[in-house]
Amino acid sequence: MLETIPFRMSTRQTHIAAVAVSKAYSKGEHSVPVLRGVDASVGRGEFLSIVGQSGSGKSTLLHVLGLLDAPNSGEVRLQGKRIDDLPAKTRDELRNRLFGFVFQFYHLLPELTLLENVLTPLMIRHSAWDYWKQRYDFRDQAMQMIETVGLGHRLKHRPSELSGGEMQRAAIARSLVGRPEILLADEPTGNLDAYTSREITDLLKKLNDEQQLTIILVTHDESVARLGHRIVRLSEGRCQFLEEAA
Amino acid sequence: MYKLLLSGRYLRTRFIALASIISVTLGVATMIVVNSVMSGFSTQMKDRIHGILSDIVVESISTDGEPDPAGEMARIQSLIGEHVVAMTPTVEIYGLLTFEHAGEHFHRPVTIIGIDPEGKNAVSPMSSYLQTRQTGERSLDEPLDWELTTAAEQHRARFLELERFKVEAMLQSAGPDAGHIEDPFAPTGTVAAPEVAAPPSDAPLQGRVYIGASLVSFPFTDSNGETQIWSMVDPGTDVSLSTLKAGTPEICRFPVTVVDVFQSGMSEYDSQIVFCNLEALQAMRGMMVQAPGSLAAAQSSPDLTGSTTLDWRDGSFTSIQIKLTDYANAPIVMDILRRELDPRKFQIRTWEQKQGPLLEAVAVESAILNVLLFLIIAVAGFGILAIFYMIVVEKTRDIGILKALGASSQGVMSIFLSYGLSLGVVGSGAGVVLGLTIVYYINEIEDGISALTGQKVFDETIYYFKEIPTSVSPWMVLSVAGGAIAIAVLASVLPARRAARLHPVQALRYE
Repeated sequence: MLETIPFRMSTRQTHIAAVAVSKAYSKGEHSVPVLRGVDASVGRGEFLSIVGQSGSGKSTLLHVLGLLDAPNSGEVRLQGKRIDDLPAKTRDELRNRLFGFVFQFYHLLPELTLLENVLTPLMIRHSAWDYWKQRYDFRDQAMQMIETVGLGHRLKHRPSELSGGEMQRAAIARSLVGRPEILLADEPTGNLDAYTSREITDLLKKLNDEQQLTIILVTHDESVARLGHRIVRLSEGRCQFLEEAA
Repeated sequence: MYKLLLSGRYLRTRFIALASIISVTLGVATMIVVNSVMSGFSTQMKDRIHGILSDIVVESISTDGEPDPAGEMARIQSLIGEHVVAMTPTVEIYGLLTFEHAGEHFHRPVTIIGIDPEGKNAVSPMSSYLQTRQTGERSLDEPLDWELTTAAEQHRARFLELERFKVEAMLQSAGPDAGHIEDPFAPTGTVAAPEVAAPPSDAPLQGRVYIGASLVSFPFTDSNGETQIWSMVDPGTDVSLSTLKAGTPEICRFPVTVVDVFQSGMSEYDSQIVFCNLEALQAMRGMMVQAPGSLAAAQSSPDLTGSTTLDWRDGSFTSIQIKLTDYANAPIVMDILRRELDPRKFQIRTWEQKQGPLLEAVAVESAILNVLLFLIIAVAGFGILAIFYMIVVEKTRDIGILKALGASSQGVMSIFLSYGLSLGVVGSGAGVVLGLTIVYYINEIEDGISALTGQKVFDETIYYFKEIPTSVSPWMVLSVAGGAIAIAVLASVLPARRAARLHPVQALRYE
């Protein structure tokens, strides 16, 4: 089912793009450059893999794209419009509505049950009163998403009572419950065994195919990266080359 | 919504934070208990002071007094009549009370207050302090007068019999006889000094007094460990008063019959005041303007047949006590009186001003206690601050997640602020419940502690209260609880700001 036709790039409208993004972290007196003018773009409905060694800046690029971090120079553009310089409130809202995040260490909130964790983005989006009025709709929405990731039987469990794969699937459900346009996944399989990794990547692939979800996946695992339509290879803060996935 | 959910969840899962609010709870409970007991004490005390003093007192500067009480009262009535409920003239003067008990003479410095009993009762109700009314011998509603009860008359008959016996014995032998102490009929026999020969009639003397309980009795602990009051003078006996005469610096001394014993509970009053019938005191001090013959009466044995011939309207007064319709109008009334009455003759004060130092002392004491106790809650606030900082550090990653999911900095801040608020609400709520429970059961608790330690915590012989008085003001409870909640919220501001400023990426990296 993979559409790996050449020239497909040109048929897609650019969804989100990093333009000459540089980012450095200051450690004490020293400034450690992490990104040195990276250009990357992803089309609507595209599955882009970013690979690179540890410290190559791939996670930072993802954070910059997801507005979790601001670039020192360069721009992040959403459908051609610059979004990294928007006011904090607007960026918070974009993070909530536009992006879904999946992390290597799942990052579920330990105090909340699976269902509550999945509902968190909706709680953040709506005021307490609005949320209360629509709580049954939201609950259904979350249940549906949990069913999609196959955790319908775990609703009331705390993260500590779930396995790694289950936690990651819960995290994916959480990232998707707010119907984002772009899913940002930072080493989602980095902490899982091969079989569970497979489940997660299959799930991502399915979401991309069926719901035309734009996915940017950061990984250092070549086999996982090959699932994407395209691969961006980062090395020492620069793009090595782009390649079409096999 | 997530703020409420998370702060509620933290509240339920972080027990260390709950430990920090125990100090808030205890602080709030202590403040409520202390305030209730202190305001109970001061309310009781004010009631009792007010039982002796009227709302406003017009005092003559001179201890000789001013003449024409009826005329002055009419004048005051015409000035401030709309505010006045009742007025009564009194004569207040220092004096010495002398009585005999068990062969010994006792002398007590006293303030003698000459009163018209019904008038006095109208301006400051004191009938409930009188022993005959407390024991139910006479009804509370019965007007005050100077008549002896039947029991007092019987006691008087026995007392006089003993007196006559003593006079006879004294006439027969020159030396004093101590044998009469064991007389079973008069365990509390007292009398004016023998040289003022006791009158042979059974009728009470012209001078009659209500006498302060502590002047003539003392508490002691009996063999069962119970507190008893030993009374040295009972109604019906005669005692002797000495005081200054008006006009000349001379001492006059006159016997009076004790009609009743009063116990207001204010030890200052109970151990100092003797209420005398106004006309007799005026006569003895030579304040009777139109009855110069009474001067002679003061010097010799007093008239023994009733007091029908004397009227206080003919004598001078040293103060007029005024009861107002509404004490809130006191400043207006005081202004009028100060303007209209001669300042060289009269001094005008409210009862609070007269008792200023005492009330002030209570107020200062309670203010200092409140400051100290509030500091306890403030200390609890720092405990909350420290524990919140730890919780923020512990929750760094969760804060990063929330920010990644789109939570704003204000949103993260309000999680911790509402966490602080809910800790404050829970802590002070528990404190209010605990405090009110302790106040409600304070006497039972006192009994328990006394039984446990074998030491009387609240000694009624000192305070003359049977129970610990308490008074709970809703306003006080609300402000204590509100203050504690405010401190909890303030203590969470710093950690909450720290949480809000966390950078999401750094927070996510935090492992």
